[in-house]
Amino acid sequence: MTDTPANDVAARAEDRSAALVRKRYRAERRFRMYGLAAIMAALGMLTVLLFSIVSSGLPAFTTTQVALNLTFDAGDIDPDGSTDPAKLASGNYRGALLKSLRAEFPGAETRKGRRDAINMISNEVTFVMRDMVLADPSIIGTTQRVWVKSSADIDQLAKGSIDRALPESDRRVNNRQLGWFEKLEREDRVKTTFNTTFFTTADSREPEQAGILGAVVGSALTLLITLLLSFPVGVMSAVYLEEFAPKNRWTDVIEVNINNLAAVPSIVFGLLGLAVFLNFFALPRSAPVVGGMVLALMTLPTIIIASRAALKAVPPSIREAALGMGASRLQTVTHHVLPLAMPGILTGTIIGMAQALGETAPLLMIGMVAFIVDIPQSFTDPATVLPVQVFLWADAPERAFVERTSAAIMVLLTFLIMMNLFAVLLRKKFERRW
Amino acid sequence: MKIKTLTIAAAISVALVGSAEARDQIRIVGSSTVFPFSTAVAEQFGKASNFSTPVVESTGTGGGMKLFCSGIGEDHPDVTNASRRMKKSEFDNCTKNGIDITEVKVGFDGIVLANAKSGADLDLTLEQLFLALAKEVPQGGKLVANPYTNWSEIDPSLPNLKIEVLGPPPTSGTRDAFVEIAMEGGCKTLAGAKELGLAKKACHAIREDGVFVEAGENDNLIVQKLEANPDAFGIFGFSFLDQNSDKVKGASIAGTAPEFEAIAAGDYPVSRSLYFYVKQQHVGVIPGIKEFVTAFTSDSAWGPDGYLVDKGLIPLPDADRAAMSQQAQGLQSLSM
Repeated sequence: MTDTPANDVAARAEDRSAALVRKRYRAERRFRMYGLAAIMAALGMLTVLLFSIVSSGLPAFTTTQVALNLTFDAGDIDPDGSTDPAKLASGNYRGALLKSLRAEFPGAETRKGRRDAINMISNEVTFVMRDMVLADPSIIGTTQRVWVKSSADIDQLAKGSIDRALPESDRRVNNRQLGWFEKLEREDRVKTTFNTTFFTTADSREPEQAGILGAVVGSALTLLITLLLSFPVGVMSAVYLEEFAPKNRWTDVIEVNINNLAAVPSIVFGLLGLAVFLNFFALPRSAPVVGGMVLALMTLPTIIIASRAALKAVPPSIREAALGMGASRLQTVTHHVLPLAMPGILTGTIIGMAQALGETAPLLMIGMVAFIVDIPQSFTDPATVLPVQVFLWADAPERAFVERTSAAIMVLLTFLIMMNLFAVLLRKKFERRW
Repeated sequence: MKIKTLTIAAAISVALVGSAEARDQIRIVGSSTVFPFSTAVAEQFGKASNFSTPVVESTGTGGGMKLFCSGIGEDHPDVTNASRRMKKSEFDNCTKNGIDITEVKVGFDGIVLANAKSGADLDLTLEQLFLALAKEVPQGGKLVANPYTNWSEIDPSLPNLKIEVLGPPPTSGTRDAFVEIAMEGGCKTLAGAKELGLAKKACHAIREDGVFVEAGENDNLIVQKLEANPDAFGIFGFSFLDQNSDKVKGASIAGTAPEFEAIAAGDYPVSRSLYFYVKQQHVGVIPGIKEFVTAFTSDSAWGPDGYLVDKGLIPLPDADRAAMSQQAQGLQSLSM
């Protein structure tokens, strides 16, 4: 009788504790599941994003060429037979081209037909003809079979982005052009080649002539200025704040402000650049030098914070040992602390640079969102950068720019991944743990 | 450390020397609607002449005017594009800074209401369009918040479909032109609207109850959304309809379909003129301005068979074009 209640209590207590343990385990399993689900969701979204970009961007890396018999009519190109390069350069190549097209495409005699014919091929063909003549004037008067770039619409047709089965009114390529193209296909005069133009030219209004090189060079020039300005200034501020500055209220205020600066929206730096660099110092618009300065301002806080963290991670024993051996504080820093902190500082800098590479908003303000055909040669030439090129192409009405937009994103992502990979490798190789 | 200091010094001196050099390329700013045409001319001009290719920046009409009128000298742009005529206030600002301007009207642009090919055909009057999109409409002698949710509620002849329109945000020139021409035009003819204070600016208010969706500046995006949702309509420039004729179709306004010929003849009601403005003081200082204007106003560019037509520009009538090109190439001054 007396045992029973005690046994009951013990049994109940045991039961409950087992249940509690099970509940705790359940909660833990649930928590792990949530975590896993969150990671899976993130990975899934990343996959969808990458897949959509890559699948729509890949066609941009190939281009369609057609073989045309081009007649270099002497009457159009060199009417007085002088073979003077200056005169040859201003010959009527369009006339010669139109004659060739008339021979090539039956039905190209009428005005409408002529337009259809000329819209089959890229409008750079007249310039190609000019360059051929200038390189070798002896081809005047002959007919040459030349592989020329097709127009963007024909390129889209060849890639299947334009559906041949659609009624004519719904198609960018009309029946006459389709007929000509199918004839060329039957005669094996259509080929798909790697799109080298995309990597060797700058922007163009004609999708088939548009390239990314101008933006890549612009990005490189801009980032060089950013690095040259923000790296020394950032590292020096970090070293001073971490190693030399007294710890008082002023340094606290500076520290808080640097942290705040890192959170300022980038467009604000653009406005600052407009007001100070363009309006006050009258520096040129759209120039990488100004873009680099604005991005340097934006990157500075990132570099300072990363550098300070790296300096803090160097154990005090190193400093004490150096000071104990009679080194001055400057020697301690430059000979011991800074080299040991360098991997961390460089990692922070590269991540800051990668951020700057992907930035568009501040550059809007200083005129780097512009149509620029010439590849920039210096820091003061007008230039755009990669993300801006993406922005400009996304806005273009021509269908063929859609795939080029995705291709430009792929190039940008490749650069970003390479920079981040470099940062990771640097850290793996040189980081020391104490 | 020394090397680094030297590099920085070198970079800075390069920058300073560079900025002291004279600018040898034309700088163009202004409207994003004129941007595709201006860039096409710039590229052709750069290829065909010995001048550098002009740099074209898309700043919006208002932003372009501000930059253009801010002064004379190579820090300031030479040409500005506009999707509307220069305002008196902008002209005064230019004059104040001693700038003489040549105005060039380049052609027309239609604004279309379009939906997916698979969607319903729509033929609206401007009045019906106003009733569908206005924030407040007159009803029973007073202004009420727009009650219409279906097209058929406005007029039984219209399809029984939910009103759903995607359009550009207020920062866009297309939106400005749409409210000025379509909304104000519909409002003007609406019986009893004027008495209730619906005139001019008051007609510009577009409803904010979710029926009109601001879909961003990117017209390509609107086209994609229309494809996904056949019941929705979108508002954008004619060139996007022209380029995507396999995916979307334009609604007729007042019985006229948005087609090239109808816009060129002025029959399609929602169209606007496009302009560019040249700074006369820069002619002869910045090389190539006169030649650029000549290239833009030559028939191989802006004529009915020119390459700008392929980009979606709707050319001026022949007589106007001849007069305009003479006026432009003679650099006639604008007065207001």
